[in-house]
Amino acid sequence: MIKTSIEAFLKERVFMEEDLNIFDKIKTLDQALEYITDGCTLMYGGFGGVGTSPLLIEGIIKKGVRDLYLIGNDGGFPDVGIGRVICNGQAKRLTATHIGSNPIAGKLMNEGKLEVEFVPQGTFAERVRAGGAGIGGVLIDVGIGTKVEEGKTKIDFKGRKYIIEEPLTADVGIIFAKKADPFGNLVYSKSARNFQPLVAMASKVTIVHALEIVELGELDPEEIITPGIFVDVIVTGQGGEWKWNWEKER
Amino acid sequence: MELGKREIMAKRAAEELHHGDIVNLGIGIPTLVANFIPDNIRIVIHSENGFLGIGSSPILGEEDPDLVNAGGFPVTLIPGGSYFDSLLSFSIVRGGHLDITILGALEVSEEGDLANWIVPGKLVPGMGGGMDLAEKAKRTIVLTTHTDKKGKPKIVKKCSLPLTAQRCVDLIITDMAVLKVEKEGLILKEIAESSTVEEVIQATDARIIVSSDLKVIKGL
Repeated sequence: MIKTSIEAFLKERVFMEEDLNIFDKIKTLDQALEYITDGCTLMYGGFGGVGTSPLLIEGIIKKGVRDLYLIGNDGGFPDVGIGRVICNGQAKRLTATHIGSNPIAGKLMNEGKLEVEFVPQGTFAERVRAGGAGIGGVLIDVGIGTKVEEGKTKIDFKGRKYIIEEPLTADVGIIFAKKADPFGNLVYSKSARNFQPLVAMASKVTIVHALEIVELGELDPEEIITPGIFVDVIVTGQGGEWKWNWEKER
Repeated sequence: MELGKREIMAKRAAEELHHGDIVNLGIGIPTLVANFIPDNIRIVIHSENGFLGIGSSPILGEEDPDLVNAGGFPVTLIPGGSYFDSLLSFSIVRGGHLDITILGALEVSEEGDLANWIVPGKLVPGMGGGMDLAEKAKRTIVLTTHTDKKGKPKIVKKCSLPLTAQRCVDLIITDMAVLKVEKEGLILKEIAESSTVEEVIQATDARIIVSSDLKVIKGL
């Protein structure tokens, strides 16, 4: 069974013999957005917008929450991905690996309106993993002798100098998947996987926007990338889709 | 004319690749290297955003929005390619499993320091995966113009911009020369057909040792 209209799905459920929403994770967009509040720490999947949920981004913009602390790989593009939220002035702080594709984020940073922490991408991935895996910190030598080590604790360990990099966690994580089942088991699509599995682990509440919700047992257990234990809320549907830069050039 | 030079530089960089190499190509001129891989060698190109085996550009109209390179442009996957998450993608890099990375530069020092991620107050892109790549690939090759747009040398005694990584660069390929970073300094190994040794020295703000076996790069 595939449902694209979640409202219809939830309305129908009382009539269904077997409750497909047995874990109560499938919600409407409005119910999901209740978790995203002013000043919260919001982690997001995606790489240059690929794998960032257009539906949830649109929802965050419409809800108009403010003073967000955003944690994700990059600043998207001004009209793509998390870039839309940044350009809408909804963020006060950002931890990312680069913001080159979003000049407005750079402008806000230079004007002192957006506090930006830059993290090397591999270090970023390990910090998010540490946050999700209950690890107190990681020893990483990438960034030694650069601005990255400034203000951080360094140690000599077995003859090598390392930075102690702290874990990253969030109040809410928003991710994007190709398919979800009612438990929240997920499969992704190609390079849209990127940081999703890590965000799912490191967020107190993980909201997935799945393009398709399938019945329990329909996903091959060998192919599930994120087990449903890391997923709290499942939404589906259309909305907020953007045009990619390469589409505009065509 | 400019495009021709960039392509010859990319072609020269492609000569550094060996059969079976796992390679990461940076954005800009380094991306062009993929077009000049000799037919007799097969390499596997790593993409930071989570796959091994970047193939050719897709046919117009057949792009897959979920399959793009780190620069955001649609690509294809070669047979034998694989997808993974960012943690694994950077385990490949940081774990030293990448044979070569070819990166652009804002500045390179004579000791092999690289600066390519920020010009404070002006350009604020961030390092992305550049620090991991420069620091941890088995070989780091810089592919860049010899001077910036104003003619200022990019190859310097000491970098003035914030560093990407210390002592990480092995080889510098420019539109004027090929320089090897050695303990004793920068060795001028090859020179563009259109440049003289004096011109290279003039355009470089670091000490250069001219190789006794100096070769000429034709067409450049």
